[in-house]
Order: sequence, then structure tokens, then C-alpha cells
Amino acid sequence: MLELAVVSGKGGTGKTTLTASLAVIIKNKVLADADVDAPDLHLLLKPKKETENPFYGMKKARIIQDKCTKCDICRQICRFDAIDIVRGNYIVDEVACDGCKLCFRKCPDRAIVMEDSLSGYWYVSRTEYGPMVHGILEVGEENSGKLVTIIRKQAMFLAQKNNADYVLMDGPPGIGCPVNSTLTGLKYAIVITEPTQSGLLDLARLLDLMEHFGVFPFVVINKYDLSKEKTEEIRNYVMERGGKIAGMLPFEEVVVEALSKGEPVVKYATSSRVSREIQKIWQYVEGEIKGDA
Amino acid sequence: MVITVASGKGGTGKTTISTSLTYAISRKREVAHVDLDVEEPDSNIFLKVPIQREEMIWLPLPVIDYEKCTFCGVCQRVCEYNAIFVFKNTREVKVFDQLCRGCGACKEMCPFDAISEIQRFIGVFSYGKKDNINFYEGRLNIGEYVTTDAIRWVKRRLKEINKSEITVIDAPPGTSCPVIQSMKDADYVVLVTEDTPFGLFDMKLAYGVGKKMNKKMGIVINKALPGYKETREFAKREGIPILLEIPFDKKFAKAYAEGITLSEFSKEYREKFEEMFRYIEGEVKNA
Repeated sequence: MLELAVVSGKGGTGKTTLTASLAVIIKNKVLADADVDAPDLHLLLKPKKETENPFYGMKKARIIQDKCTKCDICRQICRFDAIDIVRGNYIVDEVACDGCKLCFRKCPDRAIVMEDSLSGYWYVSRTEYGPMVHGILEVGEENSGKLVTIIRKQAMFLAQKNNADYVLMDGPPGIGCPVNSTLTGLKYAIVITEPTQSGLLDLARLLDLMEHFGVFPFVVINKYDLSKEKTEEIRNYVMERGGKIAGMLPFEEVVVEALSKGEPVVKYATSSRVSREIQKIWQYVEGEIKGDA
Repeated sequence: MVITVASGKGGTGKTTISTSLTYAISRKREVAHVDLDVEEPDSNIFLKVPIQREEMIWLPLPVIDYEKCTFCGVCQRVCEYNAIFVFKNTREVKVFDQLCRGCGACKEMCPFDAISEIQRFIGVFSYGKKDNINFYEGRLNIGEYVTTDAIRWVKRRLKEINKSEITVIDAPPGTSCPVIQSMKDADYVVLVTEDTPFGLFDMKLAYGVGKKMNKKMGIVINKALPGYKETREFAKREGIPILLEIPFDKKFAKAYAEGITLSEFSKEYREKFEEMFRYIEGEVKNA
């Protein structure tokens, strides 16, 4: 059993489009959506939720107004700027509060309590392409990495139970906390980028991060025909860094069409060029990693 | 006046819109452009402001004074991030730099005053000026988890040095803490969406963030599709103004690929962005 993630430094390069199509192509697998900030995979795979589970992040501070003597200590020691004075009262900005408990420990009046905060949910669902684990973070919550870790563990657990060959993850954009949680411990990831200057720069940062984690990149260049020069630059760059180009996808209207119909493109337009290229990408990647699955 | 350009989904065109807006404003007025997308700061690909100064973005990190430390274990107990471990047998205290959020609990709670703090380098803050644009950017180091902390650092520093009357913020994608930090001081939030179910779903999430914070908001529909009505229907239902619609055009995509922003590339759009700014300014003044 092998975990495989589809990631990209830059957002909007086609992670979910590719993941959903791979979900159709790859046979025996469990799906996971690790983009808990802006999860979109469900829009294409239409999972039916079987279990809904609350996710609690860090406890947050709350000030009991009756006990507060307005000594100002909490506001001075908070490094997260999370204590505000509103109309003369000390209150905690829940979003800014990081749950470090320092104010709780230092308050001379014992006026601060730490309370559980519901930070999101994770789900185990059924799709016509296999089981799927996904989640969503409440607005303005931190700790996305922790939720990603839970989703990954659940997906692994299901994969072992079902004797699946792969866990296929739709990753978050960027290079921060949730991406770290997605990449850590992986052997391989599919990286999707686009032939633009920002695509290239963000790819470079992501490849640095993957090197740091020891994850081998298979790079897909999406909409490669929008700039042949940049595509060439990215190809050379990836090769220089010892990664592999797994394929290139043309820009086709049918991709957007499939998206607005809410279907994976390989299902919506099986014989389109894009779909055939995605098939080839998987053949290539599977050939390279099969020994490890 | 602070205008934050945000979007739930990545790649919808935040940077295109924010840099185009900044560029259009800068033709007549002085404007600050702040790239708070510290994981992937891309604004300066388009604005091309020469960087004049760089500073270190840092978080406090505890160091142990072994002369005073008794290995009592209090620091480990009070650390909510599991970033500090006390090995009593080998008389060692280990700090895991990347887990540490610099909250100061260990230092404050140490009964023997054995902990002090140094600055841990987590990113680079750079700035420069070109014509009417004062440019600021935060850039997180590779392998760091502390996006929100880097943004908070940049915001604090900006309070000291940014004197521009108009500030445009390029926010990170998503709806979590980093985005809230980027919206917190905004007088107006521009939500950039692409015309697909993904774009709409994620934009609704970002709209939820702004609504919770009582922000005035408007929508820019990028890569607008004639056949897809749901975005406009949502805007109408919620009473959010659509500030601008930009159709998908290979010409624009190519200019973008080469690092030229829309309002620099097209006079028509420069005027549209100028008009959009006048509208936003009016809305903020009326508030």
C-alpha cells in the first residue's frame, strides 16, 4: 500500500481536476482530501457521508468578566495580540488566540478559563470510485495540519482494512503547515504546475520543501500550450533538479465544461486529448512506483 | 484605507487583481502594496519594484541557561506545542525549533529564571519603492509551519513604517487564520473568484469569513464563463456588488505568464480598475 499526494505550490493549477480524474482511473484505492481550508474534491466525486466526526483544535481562552480586575497582565504577555479591550472590558479574540495558556496561567485573579473549541469536522464517505475521507475547517481556524493528519490516518486505516493499493490525496496549496502534514512520510507526490512565472517560482519552493522531506516529485505541466517557452523552462528546471516530468496537459475548454458540470474530466469526456494524457500520466507514474505499492 | 484582495480558492487571480488595482491607483496616487501571501509571494513578479531593504522575520525561541536549570520539567509541562523536552537523566533540555510558536510560556513559568530567548529566523521581509508604489513583502522560509506568525510580524512592522494613505493587500488563499489576519484591518475586501463550482464554493467560504468580521465586500469574477450563472445568482441573493468581470482570454493568460499585469497590459482594463477603485473609495467613505 502506497500513499500518493497531488500537490502544487501555486493554487489553481489543477490539483483537484487531476486528482478527481485519477480517482476514476486508479482501481483499488482510498481517497482523501487534504485541502481542509478549501476542500473541492467532493464537488466532483459527490461523496455520501457515512460518519461525521467533530474536530477539536487547541483550547481557547475566555475571560470571566465578573472575576476580571482589568490588571492588564494578560494583554501585556500575550504574544498573539489576542486580548482586546472592548468598551472597557477585556475579551479574547478567539481567532487570534493560539491556545498557549500563558494568560490562563498568569492571571492573578483566576479569571481566565480554557475551553474546547469546535474547529471543524472530518467525514468518512462513500463515492462511486471508492471510500473517501475528507474534512472541513471552521472559518478562521488554525491547526489545519492537525486535521490533515487525522484525515491521512483514517485513510490509511481504511486502506489497510480494505487491502487497497493506494491512498490518493488531494493536497492543499502553498508550502505551510497543512502541506507539511500532507508530505511528511511520503515517498512520492505528483506535482502539478502551470507554465507561468509564478507557477515556476512556486514550484521551485515546493521542490525545496519536498527535498527537505525526501519526497520524490513527478511533475505534470498543466495548460502547457499556453506558453511553450515557460513549459520548456519548467521541464529543464525539473530535470536539473533530478525530478521527473510525468506528462503535460493541453489547455482544453472541455476541462472547464466538465468542472461546471461537476464531473471528473476523464469521465465527462473520455476520449478528449486531456483525458488520454491523464491516462498516460498514470500509466507512467504507476510504472515507476509499482514496486513500492 | 486598506483594501484586501482575497479568495477562498487559490489561483483565481488574487495577484492579478491586486497588482492591477495597485498599478491603476499608482498612476495618480501614492499606494502601498503588501504581499501577505507569505508562502507564495508573487506580486513582485508583476510590479517589479526594486527591493531596497531586507529584514529578518523572526519568532522568539527559548534557550536554556544550564547554570540555573534544575531540570524540574515545568517548561515541558506548560508547553502546549510539545516543543520542549526535559531529559532528567542526561540533564538536557531539547527545544524543537519548528514546533515552537514563541508564546513565551516556558520562559514566563520557569521557576528558576533559567530561560531566555533568542530570535529564530523564519522569513524575510523586504521593501522598496518605484514611482508611486511602496512595495512590502513577507516571505516564509522553506519548511516553516508558522505562516500566521510571519504575517503577524509583517503587520506589526507595517504599522511602524507604512505611511501610505491607500494600502492594497494581496492575501493568502483559504479561509483560516492567515486569511483572517489579512482581512482584519481591511476597510474593504475584494473577493476574487473564478467562474466554476470550485471557485464559487470556496468564495462562499471566504465570504463567510468577511461576513463574520462585518466587512464591506465586492466580487471580481475572473475567467468569466457566459454559460455559468451560479456566481451571479449568489451575488444577487446576498446583495454583494460585482465589481468587475474578466472573461478568459488567451492574450491575458499569455501576458500573465510573462509577468505583465492586466492593467499594465490593457488600457481598457486600467480604466476599469481605476473606476473600481473610485467605487470602493466611495463605499468606504460612506461607511
